[in-house]
Amino acid sequence: MSGDFIRRDRAWHPPGLTPNYKTSVLRAPRRALLSFEQSIGEKSGPAFGHGAIDPLDNDLIANFNTGAPALGERILLHGRVLDECGRPVPHTLIEIWQANAAGRYRHVNDGYLAPLDPNFGGCGRTLSDAEGRYHFLTIKPGPYPWRNNGSDWRAAHIHLSIFGEAFAQRLITQIYFEGDPLIALCPIVNTIPDKRAIDMLIARLDMGEMAPFDRLAYRFDIVLRGRRATYFENRTEGA
Amino acid sequence: MPVDYLKETPSQTAGPYVHIGTLPAAAGLPLRTQENLHVLAQGAAAGERIRLEGVIHDGAGAPVKDAMLEIWQADASGRYNAPGFSGWGRTAADFKTGEWFFETVKPGPTPWRDGRLQAPHVSLLIFARGINIHLHTRAYFSDETAANEADPVLRAIEQRNRVPTLIAQRSTRGGQTVYRFDVWLQHDERETVFFDM
Ligand SMILES: [Fe+2]
Repeated sequence: MSGDFIRRDRAWHPPGLTPNYKTSVLRAPRRALLSFEQSIGEKSGPAFGHGAIDPLDNDLIANFNTGAPALGERILLHGRVLDECGRPVPHTLIEIWQANAAGRYRHVNDGYLAPLDPNFGGCGRTLSDAEGRYHFLTIKPGPYPWRNNGSDWRAAHIHLSIFGEAFAQRLITQIYFEGDPLIALCPIVNTIPDKRAIDMLIARLDMGEMAPFDRLAYRFDIVLRGRRATYFENRTEGA
Repeated sequence: MPVDYLKETPSQTAGPYVHIGTLPAAAGLPLRTQENLHVLAQGAAAGERIRLEGVIHDGAGAPVKDAMLEIWQADASGRYNAPGFSGWGRTAADFKTGEWFFETVKPGPTPWRDGRLQAPHVSLLIFARGINIHLHTRAYFSDETAANEADPVLRAIEQRNRVPTLIAQRSTRGGQTVYRFDVWLQHDERETVFFDM
């Protein structure tokens, strides 16, 4: 068993209670989180193999195709998974979900008036490669309205879930797109107190990876908690 | 200047449509309909078969019906990532009632950092709309009184009246062993202990 994970900087993440995002008001714990050092359960995590993953799982333009590709602005979403120490995180499961180009989710609970796209499911997954790289083909999702303060609008976003090598690194977040004026207005983006942290969630237009006469590209790197070296740790955990 | 590290990617809520990417069949998509990620006790996995179930309550006492939950646990002999038992599970709260459950095996005790034993427990993560960064708790077992009293984490909780929020209550229903683990996100007396580990 390797070293501990670096403590999570809770001032960098959004706090639980963010009144401008109204749902948080009744769902945020009032008590402080209890801090403990990690044991083997926090320092280990599930391993996912290629076995379960279909070759089309990372192609959302094609993986719900009922006769035509998905409608919308075609993009490559790609980047690297690193930890806070700059090490690549290989072979880790990344899952994404998103609205279609009109801002509508394919979900039994989404009743937004914008239409479903019969050729778009909005669900994808992949494993990072040996160097921590990953990519998805998809369409740029549309912004959508939600109740909150009486029709607020979500900035266009793709939801992302990632495991890392241990339960301590588990993370779910959202990816935004460079240049979207709704980012500054979005109450969920603004649950994050630090502008530099918000910046980490904005995918950058990447003309180098654009495919001529096919699609644009956006780059989004992911950073997970770093793992300390083990110089002076006791060795009772099966080392 | 202190040494520079990269900063962790900040969390955002999983939102109400988390199921599309994590449990697509629950969202209504005709995808991965054979997946049973809430069933960990497959085939010949050793150990006592249990059902771990509950409801997550918000600060008004209402059930949270759009949560996604994940568990991570050791096998019956206290090993993580043991062959034949993945130890990881995922499920959704029921859209109508908020009830969730896992079918798994009761884990064995696992080592703490100093070699003492931790009482058998299941780690539980909660993701949902309105939760900006996932909540991490542990379900211990009500019939493990002695092990729970010796558990390094439970022992270190200063407010002793909060310890019961981490104990799943054992009962038998239709011949099956059931552990009930209700979660209170926000409550004057019963608020579940959440960890930063
Ligand atoms: Fe969304």
